[in-house]
Amino acid sequence: MIPNFGHGSACVRGDHTFCWDWVQQHWHDTLLPALVQHVELTLIAVGIGFAIAFTLAMLTHRIRGFDKPVGVFSALLYTIPSLALFQLLVPFTGITYTTVEIALVAYTLVILYPNIDAGLNSASPEVLEAARGMGLTPRQVLWRVELPLAVPAIVAGLRIAVVSTISIGTIAAFLLPKGLGYPIFIALQSPTPFKTEIYTAGALAIGLALVCDGLLVLLRRTLVPWSRVA
Amino acid sequence: MTAAAAELVFDRVSKRYAGREAAALSSLSLEIPAGTFCVLVGPSGGGKTTALKMVNRLIPFDEGDIRIDGRSVRDLPTAELRRGIGYVIQQIGLFPHMTVGENIGVVPKLLGWDRARTRTRTGELLDLVGLAQDDAQRYPAQLSGGQRQRVGLARALAADPPLLLMDEPFGALDPITRARLQAELRRLHHEVEKTVVFVTHDVDEAITMGDRIAILREGGVLAQYDTPDAILAHPADDFVAQFIGEDRALRRLALRTLADVPLDPAAATGAGLRVTSSTTVRNAVSLLLESDADHLVVENADGDALGTFRWHDATDVL
Repeated sequence: MIPNFGHGSACVRGDHTFCWDWVQQHWHDTLLPALVQHVELTLIAVGIGFAIAFTLAMLTHRIRGFDKPVGVFSALLYTIPSLALFQLLVPFTGITYTTVEIALVAYTLVILYPNIDAGLNSASPEVLEAARGMGLTPRQVLWRVELPLAVPAIVAGLRIAVVSTISIGTIAAFLLPKGLGYPIFIALQSPTPFKTEIYTAGALAIGLALVCDGLLVLLRRTLVPWSRVA
Repeated sequence: MTAAAAELVFDRVSKRYAGREAAALSSLSLEIPAGTFCVLVGPSGGGKTTALKMVNRLIPFDEGDIRIDGRSVRDLPTAELRRGIGYVIQQIGLFPHMTVGENIGVVPKLLGWDRARTRTRTGELLDLVGLAQDDAQRYPAQLSGGQRQRVGLARALAADPPLLLMDEPFGALDPITRARLQAELRRLHHEVEKTVVFVTHDVDEAITMGDRIAILREGGVLAQYDTPDAILAHPADDFVAQFIGEDRALRRLALRTLADVPLDPAAATGAGLRVTSSTTVRNAVSLLLESDADHLVVENADGDALGTFRWHDATDVL
């Protein structure tokens, strides 16, 4: 079976390096949906991962020694190959979107929690002493001082989380016909892997990663005017 | 513009840190009248910073009490207590993510002031500490060390607290900036009349700044508490004498100007080196040494001769 070849041009039938006409032909039925699914996949994973990591970091910020075990757990989790993690989850959550998202969320947590935690700890001792000495309550110190000062580290974590989720997300196609990994997966399965499809989907993943990263850099500039001075 | 200054009393305050043999503070009793600029000075281990931080309860004390205008610092919730006390530290601790204006406005905001009032107050304070109005929009990273400490001072004064705690505020500044800020803080103290508790390990700074000086020795024992002049004239013991230095007579001369010297108007001849009456006696003596003259002609700001200053006049004022 040779999927997505359509009525193919000479370029497509000969599987030349890159066939622009194929891209045009299959933009709407294959590539754009895959791209949209990939964005969705990434946003859900990073969104949920961020919500969990942020809550966890804020709650555990005052608990001394909590970050160490979490760090070790994170590191261990990250060593599990993503494909293996999908398979580990299948017995519990089946071959579902949930399985994919659980795995992706787990990876974002591993990146986001340590970054948010480190960010919250980045306020210098003298800033904290001044804050307390001026009469800020511990809660006010957290929200008005430590959290704003954590923003650069949080955004840095988000950048890594987003880019790596976009990348790892392509592996979701081994489980479900979703995302930019799927066209690659299909193309690879044919006896003569169709190059154009692989390249295009790959390029879209890279492009998506770059665009998201750029947006986060802009976000950082807006949120952190103070780090650009001097 | 100011709320009245507060009287501060340490009443047999003791503190021992866990796991340390020597006490950090041994039954410290100190009465600091309202409006006084009181300097806590002494070698490290003397407990001066510990004593200071007990006032706003950054450090708890074991025994005794500290009262501000008769009210124990333990009677108020800590956050509320601290909002009513200005606090300046050596490392300044400005919030890097806030502009100068926002830094100054932190306590007013906590106290629920409206924006207009905070902005007016910020403007006043920038003037008071010698910063430009435009500086309100700048971030701490854009300021020099001296400017930052000016902001630190403005921030501490924002809500017009009757008591100001300063923990080696000028310790990290270069000597020129430090001298300038010392002079300005003295001037400012005359303007705003607050009670100031100022910690330093620098005896010169203590003598320059203090209305009163409390000298603390190892183990947090109060060695002497008096005016700079009285301490220089009558050190309580060998420790104090050694701590303030053997040139204490010269230091005392530095506390007086020629205006304090009874000059004989009849002796005012036109001849001789002329100095203004605002010159310190110490500097006058130095000028005598330097010029190898036997007298100086003292004049007022308008240049009118007031009299002559001779060697024995220096000893007469001590």
